[in-house]
Amino acid sequence: MTSAKSELWQTFTKGIWKENPVAYQVLGICSALAVTVQMHTALVMGIALTLITGISNLIISIMRSKIPSTIRIIVELTVIASLVIVTDQILKAFFYDISKQLSVFVGLIITNCIVLGRAEAFALANPPLPSLMDGLGNGAGYGLILVIVAFIRELLGSGKIIGIPVIPQWLTDAGYSNMGLMVLAPGAFFVIGLLVWLKNSLPGASHEEKTGQ
Amino acid sequence: MKQLKYLFEKIDPYFKPGGSMSRFFGIYQATRTFFFLPSPVNRCAPHIRDHLDLKRFMSFVILALLPVTLFGMYNAGYQYYLAASLPEQIGFFKTFTTGALHVVPIIIVSYTVGFFWEILFATIRGHEVTEGLLVTGLLFPLTLPPTIPLWQVAVGMSFGIVIGKEVFGGTGRNLLNPALTARAFIFFSYPASMSGNAVWRVIPEKITEAGASIQNGITGISQAIPIVKNQIDQVLVDALSGATPLSLGGSTGYIEATLHQAGFDLKTLLTGLHPGSIGETSALLCFAGAIFLMVIRIASYRIIIGGIAGVVITSMIFKLLPGPQGTWFSAGPLYHLFSGGFALGISYMATDPVSAPGTDAGRWIYGFLIGFFTVLIRAVNPAYVEGVMLSILFMNVFSPLLDHITIKIAVAKRIPNG
Repeated sequence: MTSAKSELWQTFTKGIWKENPVAYQVLGICSALAVTVQMHTALVMGIALTLITGISNLIISIMRSKIPSTIRIIVELTVIASLVIVTDQILKAFFYDISKQLSVFVGLIITNCIVLGRAEAFALANPPLPSLMDGLGNGAGYGLILVIVAFIRELLGSGKIIGIPVIPQWLTDAGYSNMGLMVLAPGAFFVIGLLVWLKNSLPGASHEEKTGQ
Repeated sequence: MKQLKYLFEKIDPYFKPGGSMSRFFGIYQATRTFFFLPSPVNRCAPHIRDHLDLKRFMSFVILALLPVTLFGMYNAGYQYYLAASLPEQIGFFKTFTTGALHVVPIIIVSYTVGFFWEILFATIRGHEVTEGLLVTGLLFPLTLPPTIPLWQVAVGMSFGIVIGKEVFGGTGRNLLNPALTARAFIFFSYPASMSGNAVWRVIPEKITEAGASIQNGITGISQAIPIVKNQIDQVLVDALSGATPLSLGGSTGYIEATLHQAGFDLKTLLTGLHPGSIGETSALLCFAGAIFLMVIRIASYRIIIGGIAGVVITSMIFKLLPGPQGTWFSAGPLYHLFSGGFALGISYMATDPVSAPGTDAGRWIYGFLIGFFTVLIRAVNPAYVEGVMLSILFMNVFSPLLDHITIKIAVAKRIPNG
């Protein structure tokens, strides 16, 4: 029998790696395509989504015995929407530039399948603390993929990392040029696809093993 | 030959399952079938009427591509000396070798990178190294401009082989034509080296250098220099305006007149001594290859004739419609057929047996729609001057659907038993 602490930790890491929302559950792809052109937008988006998923999971889990199942979606959306609006306002107040770059996508976190998906699948059936950890884990997993994709796209597409040019001049002189496709949405599709492929072919996470369980 | 056979027989057990080198069976198999026919023979019915296997199949396509490739090399050299404005004084042989010096490295890089990925995947997955790559590796360079940087060829080929083919499971399972996938990737990733007027012709470096040094240089010798400078400026202007026929047209007058003025009459377009992608310029040779492939029944005549019909009918309709007279909107069917990459695309890429439909009715529709979309993109979409690549890739995606519908209709027509 594992201790309560390590069980919580497992709930957390499951969302980050084994059942990663983007790479395994293939949720939240739309925003993953939209905000990963540059790394800092991806980072902010990842943090915002982690907090929202965690807190919404916590609140919904606390209320779970009081929510009538017929109107549970409305209740969940009310909670999530309030959190999203708070996040949006905070971003507008303190990080105005980034908030402008993220544009509608912060507001659209409300429609992000990950948030509602975790609320439905986990928070309604589990006590508050594991729910919080599950939400944080899934948000972090989403953020992790976002940052990796954004790193590759920004490096190949614009030759920068977090806005700092990294391609040396001699390479440009030798004929190097940025990969224009990476700035377009299809570039993100290819990168995410390759990441899923990589994740599935790594030992310990292969598809066959998972279905075999 | 006997020695070689003995050698293969001797090392054979090591590569069989259980042998110490069984991991590399794919490479061994590929090398052996390169020299000898595969030994397994059908012992009972059904016996196929032709022993044409994938390797021979692909080598016939290569054979049909050879004239196009060789002419592409000659044309690259011809354009090079045309940029230096002395094509008449240079002999055939020198023109050809100059062109080959620019084209052969592209082909070598394409094959090397392609075989690297193919062998890597064959070794990891334990399947055979297949011959589809022989065609892909040659087709891809033919769709590129001769000035393409070699590293971009390598990146494009990697993308084409891995994303276009290997993720689906290798040769015979791909949805899209790998060569065109590679070209599309390069086209959208590095538009600067794939479009515009400057990339279709190799410009001699000496001329640009000479032009620059004279412009920067001595002003004292005023009598002799202006003439030379004028000539060089003229050469530079000529060299930089390596426009393809498709990029012309737009402002005033009729498109035919504009093309004539720029030197693109039907005869030039047919024979192919004009700037363009390496393999696409000579419509005549492409169609000759197509006829060869149709006669030996490797390429489906339904696709090719359907495609030509699509181009002819669509461009006739556009010509009859009131529209801008100065653009490709109202260039007649012949110009649409013979310019750009249509001849190359419909002959060698649309007929790729893997990504084309397998049913006869599906092939007619597939070919026709390729022609239709080619003209549509050329005439109506101002962002892309050439539509062959996009229309073939687009129809590749639809070919399973065409097959599905054809079979459904055939099944629905069938009279049910009792």
